[in-house]
Amino acid sequence: MCNSSEILHFEFDVDGENFTSAGTASEHLKNTLKQLGLPSQIIRKAGIAMYEGEINMVIHAKGGKAVISILPEKVRIELVDQGPGIPDIELAMQEGYSTAPDSIRNLGFGAGMGLSNMKKYADYMEIKSEVGKGTTVILEVNYPVQS
Amino acid sequence: MSENTDRTAENEAENKKQNSDFHSVTLDSEKCKGCVACMKRCPTEAIRVRNRKARIHYERCVGCGECIRMCVHRAKRAVYDSLDILNNYKYKVALPAPSLYGQFNNLENLGHVNQGLKRLGFDEVFEVAVGAELISDATRQLLNEGKLKKPVISTACPAVLQLILLRYHSLTENLLDLQAPVDIAARLVREKAERETGLSPEEIGVFFISPCPAKVHALKIGLGHKKPLVDGVFAVSDIYMHLLNAMTPGEPCDEEPQTGILGFAWASSGGEAAAVLKEKYVAADGIENCINILKELEHNRLQNVDFIELNACVGGCVGGVMNIENPFVARSKIRELRKYLPLSKNSLEKYGKTVEDMKWEEVPEISDVLILDSDFAVALRKMREIDTITKELPGLDCGNCGAPSCRAFAEDVINGEADINECNRR
Repeated sequence: MCNSSEILHFEFDVDGENFTSAGTASEHLKNTLKQLGLPSQIIRKAGIAMYEGEINMVIHAKGGKAVISILPEKVRIELVDQGPGIPDIELAMQEGYSTAPDSIRNLGFGAGMGLSNMKKYADYMEIKSEVGKGTTVILEVNYPVQS
Repeated sequence: MSENTDRTAENEAENKKQNSDFHSVTLDSEKCKGCVACMKRCPTEAIRVRNRKARIHYERCVGCGECIRMCVHRAKRAVYDSLDILNNYKYKVALPAPSLYGQFNNLENLGHVNQGLKRLGFDEVFEVAVGAELISDATRQLLNEGKLKKPVISTACPAVLQLILLRYHSLTENLLDLQAPVDIAARLVREKAERETGLSPEEIGVFFISPCPAKVHALKIGLGHKKPLVDGVFAVSDIYMHLLNAMTPGEPCDEEPQTGILGFAWASSGGEAAAVLKEKYVAADGIENCINILKELEHNRLQNVDFIELNACVGGCVGGVMNIENPFVARSKIRELRKYLPLSKNSLEKYGKTVEDMKWEEVPEISDVLILDSDFAVALRKMREIDTITKELPGLDCGNCGAPSCRAFAEDVINGEADINECNRR
Protein backbone atom coordinates (compact mmCIF):
# COMPACT_ATOMS: atom_id res chain seq x y z
CA MET A 1 0.00 0.00 0.00
CA CYS A 2 1.13 3.49 -0.67
CA ASN A 3 1.91 6.09 1.90
CA SER A 4 -1.24 7.97 2.90
CA SER A 5 0.53 11.24 2.22
CA GLU A 6 0.63 10.35 -1.45
CA ILE A 7 -3.10 10.15 -1.95
CA LEU A 8 -5.93 12.57 -2.28
CA HIS A 9 -9.46 11.77 -1.21
CA PHE A 10 -12.71 13.52 -1.75
CA GLU A 11 -16.37 12.69 -1.47
CA PHE A 12 -19.47 13.95 -3.19
CA ASP A 13 -23.14 13.55 -2.53
CA VAL A 14 -24.87 12.87 -5.83
CA ASP A 15 -28.31 14.42 -5.72
CA GLY A 16 -31.09 12.06 -6.89
CA GLU A 17 -33.56 12.79 -9.67
CA ASN A 18 -31.83 16.02 -10.51
CA PHE A 19 -30.40 15.97 -13.99
CA THR A 20 -29.25 19.55 -13.87
CA SER A 21 -26.75 18.82 -11.13
CA ALA A 22 -25.74 15.39 -12.45
CA GLY A 23 -22.17 15.66 -13.61
CA THR A 24 -21.06 18.03 -10.85
CA ALA A 25 -18.89 15.39 -9.19
CA SER A 26 -17.28 14.22 -12.43
CA GLU A 27 -16.71 17.85 -13.37
CA HIS A 28 -14.85 18.37 -10.12
CA LEU A 29 -12.83 15.22 -10.75
CA LYS A 30 -11.86 16.42 -14.23
CA ASN A 31 -10.80 19.84 -12.96
CA THR A 32 -8.72 18.25 -10.22
CA LEU A 33 -6.98 15.89 -12.63
CA LYS A 34 -6.30 18.76 -15.02
CA GLN A 35 -4.62 20.74 -12.25
CA LEU A 36 -2.56 17.69 -11.36
CA GLY A 37 -1.27 17.66 -14.93
CA LEU A 38 -2.38 14.15 -15.88
CA PRO A 39 -2.53 13.36 -19.63
CA SER A 40 -5.75 14.54 -21.25
CA GLN A 41 -6.72 11.03 -22.38
CA ILE A 42 -6.61 9.78 -18.77
CA ILE A 43 -8.76 12.70 -17.68
CA ARG A 44 -11.18 12.01 -20.47
CA LYS A 45 -11.49 8.32 -19.58
CA ALA A 46 -11.97 8.98 -15.86
CA GLY A 47 -14.42 11.82 -16.57
CA ILE A 48 -16.62 9.79 -18.90
CA ALA A 49 -16.63 6.66 -16.71
CA MET A 50 -17.55 8.65 -13.64
CA TYR A 51 -20.16 10.74 -15.44
CA GLU A 52 -21.92 7.59 -16.66
CA GLY A 53 -21.86 6.29 -13.09
CA GLU A 54 -23.27 9.52 -11.73
CA ILE A 55 -26.09 9.53 -14.26
CA ASN A 56 -26.88 5.90 -13.41
CA MET A 57 -27.13 6.72 -9.71
CA VAL A 58 -29.53 9.55 -10.51
CA ILE A 59 -31.70 7.46 -12.82
CA HIS A 60 -31.90 4.25 -10.84
CA ALA A 61 -31.03 4.94 -7.23
CA LYS A 62 -32.16 8.49 -6.45
CA GLY A 63 -28.58 9.50 -5.97
CA GLY A 64 -25.82 8.26 -3.73
CA LYS A 65 -22.25 8.98 -2.85
CA ALA A 66 -19.09 9.24 -4.92
CA VAL A 67 -15.76 8.60 -3.21
CA ILE A 68 -12.72 9.52 -5.24
CA SER A 69 -9.13 8.54 -4.45
CA ILE A 70 -6.29 9.91 -6.50
CA LEU A 71 -3.42 7.51 -5.99
CA PRO A 72 0.17 7.72 -7.28
CA GLU A 73 -0.57 5.25 -10.09
CA LYS A 74 -4.32 5.46 -10.70
CA VAL A 75 -7.62 7.17 -10.02
CA ARG A 76 -10.15 5.12 -8.08
CA ILE A 77 -13.82 6.04 -8.10
CA GLU A 78 -16.30 4.35 -5.80
CA LEU A 79 -19.97 5.01 -6.46
CA VAL A 80 -22.18 3.88 -3.62
CA ASP A 81 -25.97 3.95 -3.67
CA GLN A 82 -28.87 2.56 -1.65
CA GLY A 83 -30.98 1.95 -4.74
CA PRO A 84 -32.92 -1.12 -5.91
CA GLY A 85 -29.81 -3.11 -6.81
CA ILE A 86 -29.08 -4.99 -10.04
CA PRO A 87 -30.63 -8.52 -10.17
CA ASP A 88 -28.55 -9.76 -13.13
CA ILE A 89 -25.27 -7.87 -13.52
CA GLU A 90 -24.22 -9.80 -16.63
CA LEU A 91 -27.43 -8.84 -18.38
CA ALA A 92 -27.17 -5.23 -17.22
CA MET A 93 -23.68 -5.02 -18.67
CA GLN A 94 -24.91 -5.75 -22.20
CA GLU A 95 -24.90 -2.79 -24.57
CA GLY A 96 -28.41 -1.51 -25.14
CA TYR A 97 -29.96 -3.30 -22.17
CA SER A 98 -31.87 -0.75 -20.18
CA THR A 99 -34.46 -0.64 -17.44
CA ALA A 100 -34.73 3.14 -17.58
CA PRO A 101 -38.29 4.44 -17.89
CA ASP A 102 -39.38 6.11 -21.15
CA SER A 103 -39.30 9.53 -19.53
CA ILE A 104 -35.57 9.15 -18.97
CA ARG A 105 -34.98 7.70 -22.44
CA ASN A 106 -36.78 10.63 -23.99
CA LEU A 107 -34.20 12.89 -22.40
CA GLY A 108 -31.48 11.04 -24.25
CA PHE A 109 -30.32 9.04 -21.27
CA GLY A 110 -30.96 5.40 -20.41
CA ALA A 111 -29.88 4.01 -23.80
CA GLY A 112 -28.38 1.00 -22.06
CA MET A 113 -24.85 2.24 -22.64
CA GLY A 114 -24.07 3.41 -19.12
CA LEU A 115 -22.45 0.31 -17.65
CA SER A 116 -20.83 -0.73 -20.93
CA ASN A 117 -19.38 2.74 -21.35
CA MET A 118 -18.03 2.62 -17.81
CA LYS A 119 -16.37 -0.70 -18.64
CA LYS A 120 -15.06 0.71 -21.90
CA TYR A 121 -13.43 3.79 -20.38
CA ALA A 122 -12.27 2.35 -17.05
CA ASP A 123 -9.25 0.06 -16.83
CA TYR A 124 -10.84 -1.85 -13.97
CA MET A 125 -14.47 -2.15 -13.00
CA GLU A 126 -16.18 -4.04 -10.22
CA ILE A 127 -19.88 -4.13 -9.38
CA LYS A 128 -21.22 -5.26 -6.05
CA SER A 129 -24.98 -5.27 -5.85
CA GLU A 130 -27.72 -6.64 -3.63
CA VAL A 131 -31.35 -6.40 -4.67
CA GLY A 132 -33.22 -4.11 -2.31
CA LYS A 133 -30.04 -2.91 -0.62
CA GLY A 134 -28.02 -1.03 -3.20
CA THR A 135 -25.10 -1.06 -5.57
CA THR A 136 -21.43 -0.18 -5.35
CA VAL A 137 -19.46 0.38 -8.53
CA ILE A 138 -15.68 0.66 -8.39
CA LEU A 139 -13.94 2.21 -11.36
CA GLU A 140 -10.21 2.61 -11.83
CA VAL A 141 -8.24 4.42 -14.47
CA ASN A 142 -4.50 3.81 -14.56
CA TYR A 143 -1.92 6.41 -15.46
CA PRO A 144 0.43 5.53 -18.29
CA VAL A 145 3.52 3.62 -17.14
CA GLN A 146 6.42 6.03 -16.74
CA SER A 147 9.40 5.18 -18.89
CA MET B 1 12.43 41.61 -55.64
CA SER B 2 13.91 43.96 -53.08
CA GLU B 3 15.80 42.57 -50.14
CA ASN B 4 13.06 43.87 -47.87
CA THR B 5 10.67 41.24 -49.11
CA ASP B 6 13.07 38.47 -48.23
CA ARG B 7 12.23 38.17 -44.56
CA THR B 8 14.41 35.60 -42.93
CA ALA B 9 13.16 32.91 -40.57
CA GLU B 10 15.16 34.59 -37.85
CA ASN B 11 13.26 37.84 -38.29
CA GLU B 12 10.00 35.97 -38.30
CA ALA B 13 10.82 34.25 -35.03
CA GLU B 14 11.73 37.58 -33.47
CA ASN B 15 8.60 39.21 -34.82
CA LYS B 16 6.49 36.48 -33.28
CA LYS B 17 8.27 36.65 -29.97
CA GLN B 18 7.64 40.37 -29.64
CA ASN B 19 4.00 39.93 -30.45
CA SER B 20 3.45 37.04 -28.06
CA ASP B 21 3.56 39.58 -25.23
CA PHE B 22 0.68 41.50 -26.73
CA HIS B 23 -2.46 41.72 -24.58
CA SER B 24 -5.80 42.78 -25.97
CA VAL B 25 -7.36 43.80 -22.65
CA THR B 26 -5.76 46.28 -20.30
CA LEU B 27 -6.53 48.09 -17.07
CA ASP B 28 -6.82 51.83 -16.55
CA SER B 29 -5.63 51.87 -12.91
CA GLU B 30 -6.91 55.39 -12.29
CA LYS B 31 -10.46 54.38 -13.14
CA CYS B 32 -10.46 51.00 -11.40
CA LYS B 33 -12.28 51.17 -8.07
CA GLY B 34 -11.28 47.66 -7.07
CA CYS B 35 -14.83 46.33 -7.16
CA VAL B 36 -15.12 42.65 -8.00
CA ALA B 37 -17.50 42.81 -10.97
CA CYS B 38 -14.99 41.80 -13.65
CA MET B 39 -13.28 39.26 -11.41
CA LYS B 40 -16.52 37.44 -10.63
CA ARG B 41 -17.46 37.29 -14.30
CA CYS B 42 -14.15 36.14 -15.76
CA PRO B 43 -14.73 32.60 -17.14
CA THR B 44 -11.13 31.48 -16.54
CA GLU B 45 -10.62 33.12 -13.11
CA ALA B 46 -7.86 35.23 -14.65
CA ILE B 47 -8.50 38.36 -12.57
CA ARG B 48 -7.48 39.16 -8.99
CA VAL B 49 -8.11 42.38 -7.10
CA ARG B 50 -4.91 43.30 -5.29
CA ASN B 51 -4.33 46.67 -3.64
CA ARG B 52 -7.77 47.71 -4.86
CA LYS B 53 -6.93 47.18 -8.51
CA ALA B 54 -8.18 44.43 -10.79
CA ARG B 55 -5.10 42.77 -12.25
CA ILE B 56 -5.29 40.40 -15.17
CA HIS B 57 -3.21 37.23 -15.13
CA TYR B 58 -2.63 37.24 -18.87
CA GLU B 59 -1.45 33.65 -19.04
CA ARG B 60 -5.03 32.61 -18.18
CA CYS B 61 -6.81 35.30 -20.21
CA VAL B 62 -8.59 34.07 -23.36
CA GLY B 63 -9.48 37.60 -24.47
CA CYS B 64 -13.25 37.10 -24.39
CA GLY B 65 -13.88 40.70 -23.31
CA GLU B 66 -16.39 39.86 -20.56
CA CYS B 67 -14.47 42.07 -18.11
CA ILE B 68 -14.73 45.03 -20.49
CA ARG B 69 -18.46 44.45 -20.78
CA MET B 70 -18.92 44.19 -17.01
CA CYS B 71 -16.91 47.23 -15.93
CA VAL B 72 -19.20 50.17 -15.18
CA HIS B 73 -16.17 52.38 -14.49
CA ARG B 74 -14.73 51.83 -17.98
CA ALA B 75 -11.48 50.76 -16.38
CA LYS B 76 -11.05 47.61 -18.44
CA ARG B 77 -10.21 48.53 -21.99
CA ALA B 78 -9.74 46.78 -25.28
CA VAL B 79 -6.41 47.39 -26.97
CA TYR B 80 -6.34 48.09 -30.71
CA ASP B 81 -4.45 50.25 -33.17
CA SER B 82 -4.92 53.95 -33.75
CA LEU B 83 -6.25 54.96 -37.15
CA ASP B 84 -3.15 57.16 -37.50
CA ILE B 85 -1.02 54.18 -38.52
CA LEU B 86 -2.81 54.25 -41.89
CA ASN B 87 -0.46 57.10 -42.83
CA ASN B 88 2.50 54.71 -42.78
CA TYR B 89 1.33 52.97 -45.93
CA LYS B 90 0.98 53.97 -49.57
CA TYR B 91 -1.80 51.51 -50.34
CA LYS B 92 -4.37 50.81 -47.64
CA VAL B 93 -6.72 47.85 -47.48
CA ALA B 94 -9.72 47.49 -45.14
CA LEU B 95 -10.95 44.07 -44.03
CA PRO B 96 -14.40 44.72 -42.54
CA ALA B 97 -15.84 42.00 -40.29
CA PRO B 98 -19.28 40.71 -41.34
CA SER B 99 -20.81 42.11 -38.15
CA LEU B 100 -19.83 45.69 -39.16
CA TYR B 101 -22.68 45.67 -41.70
CA GLY B 102 -25.26 45.36 -38.94
CA GLN B 103 -24.22 48.57 -37.19
CA PHE B 104 -26.11 51.10 -39.34
CA ASN B 105 -29.63 52.45 -39.62
CA ASN B 106 -31.39 53.23 -42.90
CA LEU B 107 -28.98 51.16 -44.93
CA GLU B 108 -30.49 49.84 -48.16
CA ASN B 109 -27.42 48.33 -49.69
CA LEU B 110 -24.48 46.65 -47.99
CA GLY B 111 -22.22 48.31 -50.59
CA HIS B 112 -22.64 51.67 -48.84
CA VAL B 113 -20.36 50.45 -46.04
CA ASN B 114 -17.60 49.58 -48.51
CA GLN B 115 -18.10 52.91 -50.28
CA GLY B 116 -17.82 54.74 -46.95
CA LEU B 117 -14.59 52.93 -46.11
CA LYS B 118 -13.09 53.99 -49.44
CA ARG B 119 -14.04 57.59 -48.77
CA LEU B 120 -12.18 57.31 -45.47
CA GLY B 121 -9.00 56.70 -47.44
CA PHE B 122 -8.87 52.96 -47.96
CA ASP B 123 -7.80 52.11 -51.51
CA GLU B 124 -9.35 48.69 -51.36
CA VAL B 125 -12.06 47.02 -49.28
CA PHE B 126 -12.10 43.24 -49.03
CA GLU B 127 -14.92 41.69 -47.01
CA VAL B 128 -13.84 39.18 -44.38
CA ALA B 129 -17.06 37.37 -45.27
CA VAL B 130 -15.34 36.33 -48.53
CA GLY B 131 -12.84 34.43 -46.39
CA ALA B 132 -15.78 33.00 -44.44
CA GLU B 133 -17.33 31.60 -47.62
CA LEU B 134 -14.03 29.94 -48.54
CA ILE B 135 -13.70 28.44 -45.05
CA SER B 136 -17.27 27.16 -45.30
CA ASP B 137 -16.43 25.61 -48.67
CA ALA B 138 -13.34 23.92 -47.19
CA THR B 139 -15.30 22.75 -44.13
CA ARG B 140 -17.98 21.18 -46.32
CA GLN B 141 -15.36 19.37 -48.39
CA LEU B 142 -13.55 18.08 -45.29
CA LEU B 143 -16.78 16.87 -43.69
CA ASN B 144 -17.84 15.13 -46.88
CA GLU B 145 -14.48 13.36 -47.06
CA GLY B 146 -15.26 12.03 -43.59
CA LYS B 147 -11.70 12.40 -42.33
CA LEU B 148 -12.44 14.72 -39.41
CA LYS B 149 -13.04 13.57 -35.87
CA LYS B 150 -16.66 14.32 -35.02
CA PRO B 151 -18.12 16.39 -33.65
CA VAL B 152 -15.97 18.94 -35.43
CA ILE B 153 -15.47 22.05 -33.30
CA SER B 154 -15.21 25.39 -35.06
CA THR B 155 -12.08 27.45 -34.41
CA ALA B 156 -13.37 30.75 -35.80
CA CYS B 157 -13.88 32.37 -32.38
CA PRO B 158 -10.37 32.87 -30.99
CA ALA B 159 -11.63 33.24 -27.41
CA VAL B 160 -13.20 29.78 -27.60
CA LEU B 161 -10.11 28.36 -29.27
CA GLN B 162 -7.89 29.81 -26.52
CA LEU B 163 -10.27 28.43 -23.89
CA ILE B 164 -10.00 24.92 -25.34
CA LEU B 165 -6.20 25.22 -25.48
CA LEU B 166 -6.24 26.30 -21.84
CA ARG B 167 -8.74 23.93 -20.27
CA TYR B 168 -10.13 21.29 -22.65
CA HIS B 169 -7.03 19.59 -24.00
CA SER B 170 -8.74 16.32 -24.91
CA LEU B 171 -11.00 18.21 -27.32
CA THR B 172 -8.10 19.56 -29.40
CA GLU B 173 -8.47 16.44 -31.59
CA ASN B 174 -11.88 17.71 -32.65
CA LEU B 175 -10.75 21.19 -33.63
CA LEU B 176 -11.29 22.29 -37.21
CA ASP B 177 -7.71 22.98 -38.29
CA LEU B 178 -8.59 25.82 -40.64
CA GLN B 179 -7.54 29.46 -40.55
CA ALA B 180 -9.94 32.20 -39.53
CA PRO B 181 -11.86 33.99 -42.31
CA VAL B 182 -9.90 37.19 -41.64
CA ASP B 183 -6.61 35.33 -42.23
CA ILE B 184 -7.82 34.08 -45.59
CA ALA B 185 -9.12 37.53 -46.55
CA ALA B 186 -5.80 39.15 -45.54
CA ARG B 187 -3.82 36.72 -47.68
CA LEU B 188 -6.04 36.97 -50.73
CA VAL B 189 -6.17 40.75 -50.73
CA ARG B 190 -2.44 41.09 -50.17
CA GLU B 191 -1.71 38.83 -53.13
CA LYS B 192 -4.15 40.88 -55.21
CA ALA B 193 -2.75 44.24 -54.10
CA GLU B 194 0.84 43.24 -54.77
CA ARG B 195 -0.12 41.96 -58.21
CA GLU B 196 -2.23 44.95 -59.20
CA THR B 197 -0.17 47.82 -57.76
CA GLY B 198 3.36 46.54 -58.19
CA LEU B 199 4.14 48.01 -54.77
CA SER B 200 6.43 46.27 -52.31
CA PRO B 201 4.80 44.44 -49.37
CA GLU B 202 5.98 47.16 -46.98
CA GLU B 203 4.05 49.81 -48.86
CA ILE B 204 0.77 47.90 -48.58
CA GLY B 205 -1.09 48.09 -45.29
CA VAL B 206 -3.83 45.52 -44.54
CA PHE B 207 -6.14 46.36 -41.64
CA PHE B 208 -8.89 44.39 -39.95
CA ILE B 209 -11.89 46.24 -38.52
CA SER B 210 -12.63 44.10 -35.49
CA PRO B 211 -15.71 43.60 -33.33
CA CYS B 212 -13.78 42.14 -30.38
CA PRO B 213 -10.47 42.09 -28.49
CA ALA B 214 -10.06 38.34 -29.02
CA LYS B 215 -9.64 38.88 -32.75
CA VAL B 216 -7.19 41.71 -32.10
CA HIS B 217 -5.11 39.37 -29.98
CA ALA B 218 -5.30 36.46 -32.44
CA LEU B 219 -4.12 38.68 -35.30
CA LYS B 220 -1.39 40.37 -33.30
CA ILE B 221 0.15 37.08 -32.16
CA GLY B 222 -0.55 35.36 -35.49
CA LEU B 223 -2.63 32.55 -33.97
CA GLY B 224 -2.36 29.56 -36.31
CA HIS B 225 0.39 31.27 -38.31
CA LYS B 226 4.15 31.69 -38.29
CA LYS B 227 3.78 35.46 -38.20
CA PRO B 228 0.98 38.04 -38.10
CA LEU B 229 -0.86 38.54 -41.41
CA VAL B 230 -2.23 42.06 -40.94
CA ASP B 231 -0.51 45.39 -40.35
CA GLY B 232 -3.04 46.66 -37.85
CA VAL B 233 -6.39 46.03 -36.22
CA PHE B 234 -8.96 48.78 -35.69
CA ALA B 235 -12.04 48.70 -33.48
CA VAL B 236 -15.48 49.07 -35.02
CA SER B 237 -16.28 51.52 -32.20
CA ASP B 238 -13.23 53.64 -33.09
CA ILE B 239 -13.90 53.92 -36.82
CA TYR B 240 -17.67 54.12 -36.46
CA MET B 241 -18.25 57.90 -36.32
CA HIS B 242 -15.78 58.54 -39.14
CA LEU B 243 -17.49 55.92 -41.24
CA LEU B 244 -20.96 57.23 -40.47
CA ASN B 245 -19.93 60.68 -41.72
CA ALA B 246 -18.47 59.22 -44.89
CA MET B 247 -21.58 57.23 -45.77
CA THR B 248 -24.49 58.46 -47.88
CA PRO B 249 -27.12 55.76 -47.46
CA GLY B 250 -29.83 57.45 -49.55
CA GLU B 251 -27.69 57.98 -52.63
CA PRO B 252 -26.88 55.53 -55.39
CA CYS B 253 -23.95 53.23 -54.75
CA ASP B 254 -21.74 51.48 -57.26
CA GLU B 255 -20.13 49.16 -54.68
CA GLU B 256 -21.55 45.66 -54.86
CA PRO B 257 -21.43 43.40 -51.79
CA GLN B 258 -18.68 40.82 -52.37
CA THR B 259 -20.38 38.09 -50.38
CA GLY B 260 -23.59 36.11 -50.40
CA ILE B 261 -26.09 35.11 -47.71
CA LEU B 262 -23.83 32.43 -46.23
CA GLY B 263 -20.84 34.73 -45.77
CA PHE B 264 -22.78 37.50 -44.07
CA ALA B 265 -24.50 34.91 -41.86
CA TRP B 266 -21.16 34.42 -40.07
CA ALA B 267 -21.84 37.72 -38.31
CA SER B 268 -24.15 36.02 -35.85
CA SER B 269 -24.37 32.77 -33.95
CA GLY B 270 -25.39 29.81 -36.09
CA GLY B 271 -24.18 31.36 -39.33
CA GLU B 272 -21.02 29.36 -39.67
CA ALA B 273 -22.81 26.14 -38.72
CA ALA B 274 -25.64 26.78 -41.17
CA ALA B 275 -23.10 27.34 -43.98
CA VAL B 276 -21.76 23.83 -43.39
CA LEU B 277 -25.08 22.66 -44.88
CA LYS B 278 -25.48 19.75 -42.48
CA GLU B 279 -28.49 19.36 -40.28
CA LYS B 280 -26.81 17.92 -37.23
CA TYR B 281 -25.13 20.92 -35.74
CA VAL B 282 -25.09 22.75 -32.43
CA ALA B 283 -24.47 26.49 -32.25
CA ALA B 284 -23.98 28.01 -28.80
CA ASP B 285 -23.13 31.58 -27.92
CA GLY B 286 -22.15 33.35 -24.72
CA ILE B 287 -18.99 32.12 -23.01
CA GLU B 288 -20.84 30.27 -20.19
CA ASN B 289 -23.01 28.43 -22.72
CA CYS B 290 -19.91 27.53 -24.70
CA ILE B 291 -18.31 26.12 -21.54
CA ASN B 292 -21.39 23.98 -20.89
CA ILE B 293 -21.15 22.53 -24.40
CA LEU B 294 -17.43 21.83 -23.95
CA LYS B 295 -18.22 19.99 -20.70
CA GLU B 296 -20.84 17.90 -22.49
CA LEU B 297 -18.32 17.08 -25.22
CA GLU B 298 -15.79 15.97 -22.63
CA HIS B 299 -18.42 13.64 -21.21
CA ASN B 300 -18.84 12.09 -24.67
CA ARG B 301 -22.31 13.49 -25.09
CA LEU B 302 -23.26 15.01 -28.49
CA GLN B 303 -21.59 12.11 -30.33
CA ASN B 304 -24.14 12.15 -33.16
CA VAL B 305 -23.50 15.82 -33.95
CA ASP B 306 -21.44 16.73 -37.02
CA PHE B 307 -20.48 20.29 -36.27
CA ILE B 308 -20.24 22.52 -33.22
CA GLU B 309 -20.10 26.29 -33.54
CA LEU B 310 -19.18 28.19 -30.39
CA ASN B 311 -19.07 31.96 -30.05
CA ALA B 312 -17.87 33.58 -26.84
CA CYS B 313 -20.15 36.59 -27.28
CA VAL B 314 -23.91 36.47 -26.88
CA GLY B 315 -25.42 36.57 -30.35
CA GLY B 316 -22.10 35.71 -32.00
CA CYS B 317 -19.70 38.28 -33.48
CA VAL B 318 -22.44 40.94 -33.57
CA GLY B 319 -22.20 40.72 -29.76
CA GLY B 320 -18.53 41.72 -29.80
CA VAL B 321 -17.64 44.22 -27.13
CA MET B 322 -16.18 46.67 -29.70
CA ASN B 323 -19.39 46.81 -31.75
CA ILE B 324 -21.96 49.60 -31.36
CA GLU B 325 -25.39 48.16 -32.04
CA ASN B 326 -27.33 45.77 -29.82
CA PRO B 327 -26.44 42.27 -31.10
CA PHE B 328 -30.01 41.19 -31.69
CA VAL B 329 -30.81 44.34 -33.63
CA ALA B 330 -27.59 44.03 -35.64
CA ARG B 331 -28.46 40.45 -36.50
CA SER B 332 -31.89 41.47 -37.69
CA LYS B 333 -30.45 44.23 -39.88
CA ILE B 334 -27.98 41.91 -41.56
CA ARG B 335 -30.72 39.35 -42.15
CA GLU B 336 -32.80 41.96 -43.93
CA LEU B 337 -29.94 43.42 -45.97
CA ARG B 338 -28.64 40.12 -47.30
CA LYS B 339 -32.13 38.97 -48.34
CA TYR B 340 -31.67 39.60 -52.07
CA LEU B 341 -28.12 38.31 -52.27
CA PRO B 342 -27.26 34.94 -53.81
CA LEU B 343 -26.58 32.09 -51.39
CA SER B 344 -22.82 32.36 -51.84
CA LYS B 345 -20.52 34.31 -54.14
CA ASN B 346 -17.17 32.71 -53.39
CA SER B 347 -15.63 29.28 -53.60
CA LEU B 348 -12.18 27.74 -53.42
CA GLU B 349 -12.41 27.01 -57.14
CA LYS B 350 -13.10 30.66 -57.98
CA TYR B 351 -9.91 31.70 -56.19
CA GLY B 352 -7.85 28.77 -57.42
CA LYS B 353 -7.28 27.60 -53.84
CA THR B 354 -7.40 24.17 -52.24
CA VAL B 355 -8.58 22.94 -48.84
CA GLU B 356 -4.90 22.59 -47.97
CA ASP B 357 -4.40 26.34 -48.55
CA MET B 358 -7.02 27.03 -45.86
CA LYS B 359 -5.28 25.02 -43.13
CA TRP B 360 -3.39 26.43 -40.18
CA GLU B 361 0.26 27.12 -40.88
CA GLU B 362 1.06 26.17 -37.33
CA VAL B 363 -1.11 24.24 -34.91
CA PRO B 364 -1.78 26.51 -31.91
CA GLU B 365 -0.15 25.12 -28.79
CA ILE B 366 -2.02 23.94 -25.71
CA SER B 367 -1.36 25.80 -22.47
CA ASP B 368 -0.27 24.04 -19.28
CA VAL B 369 -0.77 27.05 -17.04
CA LEU B 370 -3.54 25.43 -14.96
CA ILE B 371 -1.25 22.61 -13.78
CA LEU B 372 -0.19 23.11 -10.16
CA ASP B 373 3.27 21.61 -10.62
CA SER B 374 5.08 19.63 -13.29
CA ASP B 375 6.03 17.10 -10.61
CA PHE B 376 2.94 14.97 -9.97
CA ALA B 377 3.81 14.33 -6.30
CA VAL B 378 4.21 18.05 -5.66
CA ALA B 379 0.99 18.82 -7.52
CA LEU B 380 -0.82 16.19 -5.43
CA ARG B 381 0.52 17.70 -2.20
CA LYS B 382 -0.52 21.18 -3.29
CA MET B 383 -3.97 19.94 -4.21
CA ARG B 384 -4.39 18.37 -0.78
CA GLU B 385 -3.35 21.62 0.87
CA ILE B 386 -5.78 23.54 -1.33
CA ASP B 387 -8.58 21.17 -0.27
CA THR B 388 -7.68 21.64 3.39
CA ILE B 389 -7.65 25.42 3.16
CA THR B 390 -10.85 25.51 1.10
CA LYS B 391 -12.62 23.61 3.87
CA GLU B 392 -11.51 26.22 6.41
CA LEU B 393 -12.96 29.02 4.30
CA PRO B 394 -16.61 30.12 4.57
CA GLY B 395 -17.58 29.05 1.04
CA LEU B 396 -19.31 32.34 0.30
CA ASP B 397 -17.26 33.13 -2.81
CA CYS B 398 -17.77 36.76 -1.85
CA GLY B 399 -14.64 38.05 -3.54
CA ASN B 400 -13.65 40.28 -0.61
CA CYS B 401 -10.20 38.68 -0.50
CA GLY B 402 -9.58 39.61 -4.12
CA ALA B 403 -10.01 36.11 -5.54
CA PRO B 404 -13.12 35.05 -7.45
CA SER B 405 -13.94 32.04 -5.23
CA CYS B 406 -12.84 30.47 -1.97
CA ARG B 407 -11.15 27.70 -3.91
CA ALA B 408 -9.29 30.15 -6.14
CA PHE B 409 -8.19 31.98 -2.97
CA ALA B 410 -6.92 28.72 -1.47
CA GLU B 411 -4.92 28.13 -4.65
CA ASP B 412 -3.46 31.63 -4.41
CA VAL B 413 -2.47 30.97 -0.77
CA ILE B 414 -0.72 27.72 -1.72
CA ASN B 415 1.04 29.41 -4.62
CA GLY B 416 2.26 32.16 -2.31
CA GLU B 417 0.20 34.85 -4.03
CA ALA B 418 -2.14 35.57 -1.11
CA ASP B 419 -2.13 35.40 2.68
CA ILE B 420 -4.81 33.34 4.44
CA ASN B 421 -5.54 36.34 6.68
CA GLU B 422 -6.79 38.28 3.69
CA CYS B 423 -10.04 36.37 4.13
CA ASN B 424 -12.01 38.56 6.53
CA ARG B 425 -15.06 36.29 6.68
CA ARG B 426 -13.46 33.35 8.45
